[in-house]
Amino acid sequence: MEVGGLTTSSEKLERIRSDFPILGKTINGHELAYLDNAATAQKPRSVLDRINEYYTSENANVHRGVHTLSQTATETYEAARNRIATFLGASSPREIVFTRGTTEAINLVASSMGVSGIGQGDEIVVSEMEHHSNIVPWQLLCERTGATMRVVPVSEAGELEYDEYQASLNERTRLVALVHVSNSLGSINPVRRIISDAHSLDIPVLLDGAQATPHMRVNVSEIDVDFYCVSSHKMFGPTGFGVLYGKEALLEALPPYQGGGDMIEEVDFAGTTFNELPHKFEAGTPHIAGAIGFAAAIDYLESVGFDWISEQESDLLTYATGRLRDIEGLRIVGEAKQKASVISFLLGNSHPYDVGTVLDKMGIAVRTGHHCTQPLMKRYGIPGTVRASLAFYNTRGEIDRLVSGLKKASSLFS
Amino acid sequence: MIASNTIAEKAAQLVDEFSIFDDWMDRYQYLIDLGKELPAIDDDYRSDDYKIRGCQSQVWLQPIPQNDSISFKADSDAQITKGLIAVLLRVFNGQPAREVASADLSFLDDLELKEHLSPTRKNGLDSMLKQIRMYAAAIAAKSTSTL
Repeated sequence: MEVGGLTTSSEKLERIRSDFPILGKTINGHELAYLDNAATAQKPRSVLDRINEYYTSENANVHRGVHTLSQTATETYEAARNRIATFLGASSPREIVFTRGTTEAINLVASSMGVSGIGQGDEIVVSEMEHHSNIVPWQLLCERTGATMRVVPVSEAGELEYDEYQASLNERTRLVALVHVSNSLGSINPVRRIISDAHSLDIPVLLDGAQATPHMRVNVSEIDVDFYCVSSHKMFGPTGFGVLYGKEALLEALPPYQGGGDMIEEVDFAGTTFNELPHKFEAGTPHIAGAIGFAAAIDYLESVGFDWISEQESDLLTYATGRLRDIEGLRIVGEAKQKASVISFLLGNSHPYDVGTVLDKMGIAVRTGHHCTQPLMKRYGIPGTVRASLAFYNTRGEIDRLVSGLKKASSLFS
Repeated sequence: MIASNTIAEKAAQLVDEFSIFDDWMDRYQYLIDLGKELPAIDDDYRSDDYKIRGCQSQVWLQPIPQNDSISFKADSDAQITKGLIAVLLRVFNGQPAREVASADLSFLDDLELKEHLSPTRKNGLDSMLKQIRMYAAAIAAKSTSTL
């Protein structure tokens, strides 16, 4: 029954909210309405407990000791890698390289590709909606190698100009590096088509998945992507941890990224041989608690269920979009047909900084500014936006508070 | 005469004015209104050379030296930032440069506005304040050396 269904859903929402201790916090005298999930997501108690337990009773360095604690830590750490590999649909844990985050994952590929995979006259395809972390590493690579970047434009609605994308691919293209879901606009790019079009010309594709994986299940084998970059902290896991998925043959072909302990097989001043995948890319003591905490976050997300997550978020997005559109003078920036639960907007002529400051006074956390996508802001001719980014634990009530906060801001800045 | 008021006296006046508002909305409204009353910056100064970049909002600052004293005109693209500029300039303008260079800004605590001057806010105000003090220190140094 409809009513029964709703009750169940709202009960589930209530239970889920109680999994996140920070959501009960008071900010500036108001209950926190956390609408800045695209910047970082909050952590459920199970993740916090798992990290605490690791440091309390399991901590030891991995891949190094013969002692029991080190053996156990290594097993737990590698079990996390298996968990992540299965979750992402990788063929083997050898394809899962641990990094500090999405940014480092992209930098790893850019840096290692620069050694031999690219040269003068070669091209890398990116788009106008990239985060700076999927622009600057390629710019640096181009400066080092004499390669150039081709930038695919974005339509007024915030969608990739697909014809332009196709036209940008040619025999000099060495890599397509695109965002899966735009952090500023929420646009979901048609990645299957993007990948199959690139592959028809034997061009590998790297996707920045930082904003996709918190909202949807991504299976790297199904979409046949070559490199996929993931952030733990945006997926309700710890900060400072992320994953580079890479097809085994491609990772094998890339030279190491950083040098140090753990990434070697044998070191001699005459020369060093390197460890196998994925350890060849993981120099130094890794973020062990990060890996274990991230695996716990994945367990949590699966227990909530991606079907429920997408149902909940799509309801919130529709509700929020409708309510925001009703505010006089409010302009939504980015109205792609396929959108994740991210809404960027401008309130009349008010500066995003002013709007964000007033909302903060009412306990509502949003992001303001250019969202590390300055070229995209330039494309729209705006200095920045206010961005509300929603997670499955947000409520319609919080959207209502956002709306009334914006009305107050409107009256202040009129 | 206003100019004869010291920085501390002007700060006390502001604290007094703000104290009639017990609601943050009213305090912000007043702040925004103060910003709207700021005299416009001269066109030549609304350029990149005089722009203080903040990640969130921008500030333009025009120094106006007057013998041993200093005044400023300033502008911002954000209204709250502009209001804070108005508050700072009310206290600083027309004051002896050496006093501006070393002024005590603890009155902002009483206005409950100090958070806005934090460098983490990235609104350009923290950098503007540094720039104001630098201009003031330069004028103070010059007037000392020509004594």
